[in-house]
Amino acid sequence: MIIRVQEAAFDLGEEANRFAAQRSDMGAMVTFTGIVRDLARGDLDRMVIEHYPGMTERALEKIAREAQDRWSLGDVLVIHRYGDMAPGEQIMMVATLSPHRKDAFEAAEFLMDYLKSRAPFWKKEFTSDGADWVESKSDDEDALGRW
Amino acid sequence: MDVLYFAWVRERIGLPKETVQTQAATVMDLVEELRAREERYAAAFADLTALRVAVDQDLTDFDAPLKDAREVAFFPPMTGG
Repeated sequence: MIIRVQEAAFDLGEEANRFAAQRSDMGAMVTFTGIVRDLARGDLDRMVIEHYPGMTERALEKIAREAQDRWSLGDVLVIHRYGDMAPGEQIMMVATLSPHRKDAFEAAEFLMDYLKSRAPFWKKEFTSDGADWVESKSDDEDALGRW
Repeated sequence: MDVLYFAWVRERIGLPKETVQTQAATVMDLVEELRAREERYAAAFADLTALRVAVDQDLTDFDAPLKDAREVAFFPPMTGG
């Protein structure tokens, strides 16, 4: 399991290639990437992500362990950034390695569903009008029910 | 114990972390003590359905016991990903 919480940008292709290359007995890799999305009004200047150092790593490890218990996985990768980001920048990625695609897909979805409402990150959006904390969606909490 | 605040809870209270001397038996007892301090605390803790709590870095409930707890954190629902 590889868990990284960092301020710096990451290279999605390089991370995915290195992660996939560590095992030759895995037939499937699924990756997901979260990107800073501009607002519907098109006026997002930047996003700042705050997190809870210590708990963040613990929470991500717990979610990744749970995924490894439930699906047949060779390995799990989670990278999540904090700090200042511009629209279009990559916020985070997960990758799952598995002998088969079904496990890789399902585990990646599970990781994302749990990460969204169980890992201590908070997003704040800055526009020329001011700044607002992003509110959690009840859909995100509901999504946990299917697991 | 150390009490930590994140996101708008931190902004409303005006500090990220403080050390609190308390005999509070549960998270709820601690919340009542903080609410009684000053208006900014009362405002931050006005609606507990809008808040989440972690004790020693594990997500828990407001009725959780605080025996031997070293760190309590209050924050809004998380918005990662």
